[in-house]
Parts: sequence; C-alpha cells; structure tokens
Amino acid sequence: MEPQIFGENWIIIGLMTVSAFAIGMTLLLLNWVVAPSKPSATKAAPYESGMPDIEPVRPTFTPRFYVVAMLFVIFDIEAVFIFPWAVIFDELGLYGFVEMMSFIGLLFAGYVYAWKKGALEWV
Amino acid sequence: MDQPLWLSFIVAFLIMNVLLGGMAYMTWFERKVLARMQDRLGPTRTGPAGLLQPIADGIKLLGKEDLIPAAADKPVFFFAPLVIFVTAIVSVAVIPFGGQIDVFGTDVNLYIADLNVGALFLLAFGSIGVYGIILGAYASANRFSLLGGLRAAAQVISYELILGLSLVGVFLLTQSLSLRDILDAQRANLSFGVLEIPNWYIITQPLAFILYLIAAVAETNRAPFDLPEAETELVSGFHTEYSAFRFSFYFLGEYINMIIISLFASTIFLGGTDGPGADTYWGLGILWLLAKTVFFLFFYIWLRATLPRFRYDQLMGIAWKVLLPFALLNIAFTAFARLIANGQVF
Repeated sequence: MEPQIFGENWIIIGLMTVSAFAIGMTLLLLNWVVAPSKPSATKAAPYESGMPDIEPVRPTFTPRFYVVAMLFVIFDIEAVFIFPWAVIFDELGLYGFVEMMSFIGLLFAGYVYAWKKGALEWV
Repeated sequence: MDQPLWLSFIVAFLIMNVLLGGMAYMTWFERKVLARMQDRLGPTRTGPAGLLQPIADGIKLLGKEDLIPAAADKPVFFFAPLVIFVTAIVSVAVIPFGGQIDVFGTDVNLYIADLNVGALFLLAFGSIGVYGIILGAYASANRFSLLGGLRAAAQVISYELILGLSLVGVFLLTQSLSLRDILDAQRANLSFGVLEIPNWYIITQPLAFILYLIAAVAETNRAPFDLPEAETELVSGFHTEYSAFRFSFYFLGEYINMIIISLFASTIFLGGTDGPGADTYWGLGILWLLAKTVFFLFFYIWLRATLPRFRYDQLMGIAWKVLLPFALLNIAFTAFARLIANGQVF
C-alpha cells in the first residue's frame, strides 16, 4: 500500500463537519424565523402524563448500567487491540496468532466469571 | 489523493446533497412499503403517489414552535441533536462509490476521503452519535427522556462491540482497514473448478455477515430493537421533550445512519460497486451499490413490519450471551484458517 497523504483527507472531513453543522444551524434559524412563538408555563413544564411534577428530575439510574458500561470498556479495549493485530496478521504469523488467542482466552475467562456472577443478568 | 482539493470538495458537496435527498425519500419509501405490508396505501395526496410528502413534512416541521422546557439544561439541549446529525452526515466521507472516472478530461475520484482507517472512522463516528442521544436525554430533565436515553446508550455500546468484532474477520482477510482496499479485494473471483463466483465477503464470512446485520439493526435503534423509543412505555424515549426542527434532527440522524450502515454493509460484505458490467460502464458500479443498499433498507422496513419488540433483558442478553461469543469464535476461526492458507503453520 502506498503511503497516503494524511492532511488532505482530514481537511475534507473537517470541511464536511463544518458544512453539516452549518446546514443544521441554517435549518434551526429558518425554523426560528418562520415558526410562531407563544411561550407559556404549561408548555415549559416537563411532560408527565398530565400530572405536575412533585420534585425535579435527578439523573438517577440503576447500577446495571454501570456494569454494562464497565464490561463495554473491557471488551472495547480488546477490540482496540484486535484491529491493528488483524491488519498485520500475515506478518506476525503463528506467533501473533498464539499471542492474540491467549489474550482473548484470558478475557474470555473473565467473561465467563462475570456471567457466573450474574453481571449479564438484567433483571 | 491525486486530485485538487476543490474537486474533492465538489464531490463531497454532491454526495452530501444526494445523501440528504436520499434520507428524505427513505421516509417516503418506508411509509409506502410499510403501508403495503399492512394492506394500506400510504401517502397518496401530496404529488403523484405521495412523492412530495417528504417536502411537505419538512415545511410543516419548519413551521412548528420550538419548545424548550424550563428545567432543561439549555446549551446542551440546543446542541445535542446537532451532534447526531453532523456525525451521521460526516460518516459518508469514507464510503467509496467507485474508483476514478473521467469527466471532461479530468480525473475525478468517486469517494470523498480514502482513509487508511476508514472502517474504524465509521465505527468511531457511530459511537460519537451516542453522545447526541444521552446528552439530549439528560438535558431534557424528563423521566421518560432519561430512561430512554440510558436504554439507548446501553444498547448502542453493547451492539457496537458486536459490530466492531464482526468486522475483524474481513480485516483479517483484507489485511487493511481502508474501505477501498476492501472493495478491491472483492473484485477478484473465487473459482471452484468450472464454477466462478465473486469473492464477496458474505461468502467467506457468512457468520460475520449475520452478526453484522443483527448488530446494525440494534445500533440504529430500529425495530425489533427500538426499545429506546418504545412508545407504549416511554412516550417516545429520549426525544420526548424535543419539538419542531430540533426534534427532526434525531429522525434525520437515524435515517442517515440507516443509509450509511447499509452502504457500509454493501461495501464490506456484498462487493459494493462490484457486479456484472460494472468494470465496463462506470455508472453501473454506482447503480449496483445503490441497489444493494436499497435491498438492506427494504430489509429494515421488512423487519419492522414483521417482528414484535424484544424485552429489554432479552435485548441485552442477545448481545452479551449469544452474539459476543460467536463474534470471538469467528475471529479465532478466521485467523486459524488464514494461518493454514498462508502455510504459516504445520
């Protein structure tokens, strides 16, 4: 594979990001100009099936989400190691294969442990 | 890159506009197909066969009042929908619509950017989109939004893992993360004696293709994995408090993501622009790619019309207990097969 000129690709992607953002802002501006605006206290209240809120909403959630996030971080790091390994797999040969299989094996043991401990059970 | 920057920008501009137009007509296509599957007609009033419906919808949304709840975290509430919209659009940059063509004596590349980490770029931008959901949900200061946002975040990160791991088999076979290299690798033919079949990765990586397909549906929060916006329990999930065009950015983002992920699937597993006659006439390659993409989009709608929604624990169970071991198994098996094919073992 020939070396790629790194800069120009990213300049284009940067320009695309800016123009996508500009499209979005233009649409919002147009909406702001065209749409009526009659604010009232009822409209500004949070949607709650017709009942007024007793207390303000605090971002509280079950620890299940923490467990999922932690598992995700572990396996995403695994994926981060696997991607470059896959690209140079032919150069690494048998050595790379054995190394990666033992790495996946170690993580798999942890995965089985997490499963047995009930970390994957949602209810 | 061997073309001037302004030319790349024109290509980028055209592709972006086609993508936005395609997204608008994706909504029409979905309503029509879904209606037919449910023995209805779908939109018929605006224009012939309801073809002007997306435009009418857009104008209607522009005329709606933009409500901002008093308790909302305003700056975050303002910009969260744009995050999902912008990342969805920029993802198209790495999709190759073909190689080089000759337009009035000038060589034009039919792709915006040829990154050597193209596939990784797509996956990364897909994950940045999650911020749009979770920030919007948090900033709304609404119970339904927060619940929907948390569900969406947990679901998307779980399935993103599967999405990434399912593609490793393809990277192992191509030895590259660039989508153009993946496309080129699939143009060769596999021959079994007299039988010649295209070397599309759906044939050499069938398990990866199935895993990708399931994960892709979940990743875009579509039925039967549309729990973040389960109407019956969560009103409409993370965008309950959004209205007018700010609300529509979530929909634009979702539909653009569907198109991107279908283009990506066609490129990686179905040979992208490869097809009969694609090497002879340059326009045919793009048509092949679009035909494959439309097939995937139709499949999305088909699923929505056929399957009921999963329960949340089933959803997480499928990702972590079924798909993840299979994805790892596929990597190990593909790597081993590659070793034997290279003669690096025994």
